[in-house]
Amino acid sequence: MKKLINNPDHVITEMLDGFVAAHEQAVKRLPDTTVITRKDAPVKNKVGIVSGGGSGHEPAHAGYVGEGMLDGAVSGEVFTSPTPDQVFEAIKAVDGGAGVLLIIKNYTGDVMNFEMAAELAEAEGIEVERVIVNDDVAVEDSSFTTGRRGVAGTIFVHKAAGAKAESGASLSDVKKTAEQVIRNVRTMGVALRPCIMPASGEESFELAEDEMEVGIGIHGEPGVEKKPLSAADDITEDLLNKIVPELELNQSDEVAVMVNGMGATPEMELYIMNRKVQEWLAAKGVTVSHTFVGEYMTSLEMTGCSITLLKVDNELKGLLDAPSNAPAFRVRKEK
Amino acid sequence: MEVIQVQEWLSRTNEDLQEQKDYLTSLDRAIGDGDHGINMARGFKEVTKSLEGKDFTEVSDVLKAAATTVMSKVGGASGPLYGTALLKMSMACKGKQVDYKTLIEMVEAGLEGIKQRGKAETGEKTMVDVWTPVLSGMKEVDHFDGERIKHVAEEAKDNTESMQATKGRAAYLKERSKGHLDPGAVSSYFLFKNLALVMEEA
Repeated sequence: MKKLINNPDHVITEMLDGFVAAHEQAVKRLPDTTVITRKDAPVKNKVGIVSGGGSGHEPAHAGYVGEGMLDGAVSGEVFTSPTPDQVFEAIKAVDGGAGVLLIIKNYTGDVMNFEMAAELAEAEGIEVERVIVNDDVAVEDSSFTTGRRGVAGTIFVHKAAGAKAESGASLSDVKKTAEQVIRNVRTMGVALRPCIMPASGEESFELAEDEMEVGIGIHGEPGVEKKPLSAADDITEDLLNKIVPELELNQSDEVAVMVNGMGATPEMELYIMNRKVQEWLAAKGVTVSHTFVGEYMTSLEMTGCSITLLKVDNELKGLLDAPSNAPAFRVRKEK
Repeated sequence: MEVIQVQEWLSRTNEDLQEQKDYLTSLDRAIGDGDHGINMARGFKEVTKSLEGKDFTEVSDVLKAAATTVMSKVGGASGPLYGTALLKMSMACKGKQVDYKTLIEMVEAGLEGIKQRGKAETGEKTMVDVWTPVLSGMKEVDHFDGERIKHVAEEAKDNTESMQATKGRAAYLKERSKGHLDPGAVSSYFLFKNLALVMEEA
């Protein structure tokens, strides 16, 4: 294992120290926790928004804390959900009296830990609502299984719900916006190389030099199919062909696009993928309102990418355009 | 069952988890996200540390302290599941002398807690598939039979190998989850194996 670390046991806390030092204007860390909040938290009479999950997905989720986006983010160990006590601390720290929305990615551990934290908060009289993001079309959606995973589409939920809360909306309205995004966002990913967990030093899965794993998750968990590696355009089409039918896109529809690097993919390759995404959507008559290319939801040093499409209406477009000073998702105020 | 035995039980389980950390993690890497051994070893090390040299008046108190530590130190799915199980076991014996009947009630309460928190039933390739047969095995006899519990737990965790997962992260693999032991079932086996050992010695 080759990593720029000091001690595998200290990676989370050392990362958070460095993160806060880099973004002091926007965020602060709650002492003795792995919780990052807005510098000015709690914001009085504004709905607070808390997200989080295992670490290793940087800039998710602490990078999305800031004015106009998340109020708090909780970091667990690498690829491990944070514990209920930590999430509870975050809820208390961002509650400005208007209630708190938890944005949870659909994993068994995350859902259970956030649920327990919500129970603790409700017992203290804090109003808490939850939404569960499940945008990964690689996984079959069925009531008999754990359901679909939450992946890069989560960032759109953070942005839209964050902007809605900033506008002074009520907890139930912020939740509605989050649910609207969740209904209209779909993602699928592919990996070319696995990631390596700092604590074990082992590769997360095996893949031959000429193979790719289609439908990869963001924890190094294997995808749904191993296939021979093909050209970028073919992969892009494959991913879009899985995503688009789910959104029932019509000619007059508009979408926001995210081409997300998994941690060790050159930007060059992400742009090559995006080129085909845009060409493909244009040929279908679908208009693209926003395009985001870069690293938004990574998986340590995994090589690969995911494509996310969010079907937008005028309100969602406005929420994506609203100002944010979150370190990993800055949107400047319009003049 | 006395306070000292619960402490011994958890401390021996911790020893197994430390020793088998890499094994559990390798099982999890095959069908999960490769952190089960790391999380369980980290959490139970803290449990042992938090119980050391402390005076507890009853079994329930030890289990409650352990539950709190597991919930805050393990993380992932195992933290809430094992934490809930220990907490429910603690509640089931509050204010009671733990005889065999109470012990059965405790395991039953623990299992119910796991099922509720994880929304899982038997046959889904999870720790429920060890807890359920252990509970049935205990109910079939009227005294603690350590050999029997150890045997039932071992067979039950081996049985998860051929199952297809429908809960937990392994469920994403569908058919491909077959042919691997469930890591949570294996850590539950360690728990019952050590319960059997400690009770046999008593």
